[in-house]
Amino acid sequence: MADLRAHGGISVGIDGVVSGRESASAGRGPRPHRQWSRGRYIPFVLPALAITLAVIVFPWLFTVFMSVHDWRINQTFTFVGFANYLNLASDERFISALWRTLYYGVLAVIIPVIFGTFAGVIFHKRFPLRGFFRGVFILPMMATPVAVALVWTMMFHPQLGVLNYLLGLAGIPPQNWVYAPDTVIPSLVAVEIWQWTPLVMLIVLGGLAALPTEPYESARIDGASELQMFRHITLPMLLPFIMVAAIVRTIDAVKAFDTIFVISQGGPGTSSETINIYLYLQAFAFYNVGYASAIVVVFFMLIVALSLALLYMRQRTQWM
Amino acid sequence: MDVTGSRPTPVKIPLTARQRVGRMWGRLAFAFAVFVIVSPAALVFLWMLSLAVKTEVENIAYPPIFIPQTPTLDNFVEVFRASPFARYTLNSVVVTGCATLLAIVVGVPAGYGIAKAKATKLAVTVLIARITPGLSYLIPLFIMFQWLGLTGTLVPLVITHLVITVPVVIWIMIGFFESLPKDLEEAAFIDGASLWQAFLYIALPLARPGITVATVLSFIFSWNNFIFGVVLAGRETRTLPVAVYNVLTFEQISWGPLAAAALIVTLPVLILTIVLQREIVAGLTAGGVKGG
Repeated sequence: MADLRAHGGISVGIDGVVSGRESASAGRGPRPHRQWSRGRYIPFVLPALAITLAVIVFPWLFTVFMSVHDWRINQTFTFVGFANYLNLASDERFISALWRTLYYGVLAVIIPVIFGTFAGVIFHKRFPLRGFFRGVFILPMMATPVAVALVWTMMFHPQLGVLNYLLGLAGIPPQNWVYAPDTVIPSLVAVEIWQWTPLVMLIVLGGLAALPTEPYESARIDGASELQMFRHITLPMLLPFIMVAAIVRTIDAVKAFDTIFVISQGGPGTSSETINIYLYLQAFAFYNVGYASAIVVVFFMLIVALSLALLYMRQRTQWM
Repeated sequence: MDVTGSRPTPVKIPLTARQRVGRMWGRLAFAFAVFVIVSPAALVFLWMLSLAVKTEVENIAYPPIFIPQTPTLDNFVEVFRASPFARYTLNSVVVTGCATLLAIVVGVPAGYGIAKAKATKLAVTVLIARITPGLSYLIPLFIMFQWLGLTGTLVPLVITHLVITVPVVIWIMIGFFESLPKDLEEAAFIDGASLWQAFLYIALPLARPGITVATVLSFIFSWNNFIFGVVLAGRETRTLPVAVYNVLTFEQISWGPLAAAALIVTLPVLILTIVLQREIVAGLTAGGVKGG
């Protein structure tokens, strides 16, 4: 990290030099080599642009096209206008999946943001083996989600699972974890928290590194305690970064798929069926791709709306 | 201002015994906090390792046995015996290798071009790609691959993995090229270098740390991807995460081989993360990126 920041420092210093030289040579008229048209960079971007259009932009457009058709895999398709969207509004399974996604999302955003901010403050301090511990701490978010989900499935096992054994040591009665409708979502959220708290930690860590040191120096001279400094200096200045973490977390939480799909497959019954799982079932279990595409469009708009709402809140936190 | 001027500058006063004890408690509390936040991460992976090297008898014992009494590698042998795991490993290497290599080849110049031309609209497209759920690419691409008759080969997997790797590489490289000093390139232009020469001989060597970060992250995100494989892969073209999932659901074998399979899949990623944690932390902090 230190070497990356050093690059930033160098570029700032040299920018000053460059602009100084430009103003000095401004009186000599146009230079032959300063043909700074942005078009010169088109060849650099072109291959990536072609790939992006083919695998990212085209699927977006094609999804919208499919969403206004009655379209099943391996069959012909007919134009139905907004019928898919209208059906969604009265699809009870979709509506409950929507609420479930929000329930899952709220838990899977707030708790990692709190834990991650705490962890960021800890890892900002210098201590022996910090790099190694930080590496271990980010393992859950880097590890293959399917592999991780598999181990959690075994840990959640009601009879042989290690979690119920640990609860027993603390005198708490055994739980059914992902095998009961009322505990399945909190249990899945526990995996999500374990997995994604490190990402919040990294964003907060980046924020802490960017904070100025002067307020702390004067506060220390004034005899402020560590806790007072955290509450009145660190936290307010860190708030924009915490909001960024909340935005990133919101986007990821409502999109969560791998762990839910592997651990509970949306069950028991439909008690952990989020929009993403329902979407998968509609497309690849019921082969109803037209309807699934309508879900994608609504889902995408939901994610954008949530991100914009949080972005608006972030804008406000900067003036607080 | 006068007040601060007249205030005595802090000098190092020897600590009293009480302050020394207080500081020791502070250190202990801090060490405990580090222990608390790191242990959930460490324990789950240690438990995975424990399950993978224990015999079946020890794995279903209750209360659970944490440290294996008779460690064994039989579970790993069983994984390769019961399913064509070597083949799935090869599939994963081919898909992730191709997708990462292609992304670097097209993404590094694109990051350069976007950074230099300040093409913010293109950058935003990359950002929206990051927001969109992976499944939403899968449905239209799946229909396309059916029409093109590509299902049953590794080609659809490589193509869909580009959805993950290309945005990651572009995003990281934009940040990197923006932070590079400009005057070296300007000097090269004055000496008559072409745009390509300036890119190849000046910007590219300077951006090597950025390319390392982009390669590692796009490799990991592609390697970990499950959702594309589960839909697009046939029996012969499964990638490792899909193979592990199928071990779990259909073949119903015991915990030891399951944990061994999980460990095989994720071990390369765990090692990369620990060894390159500085670079990975830098790359992730820069963009808040994540695959899939």
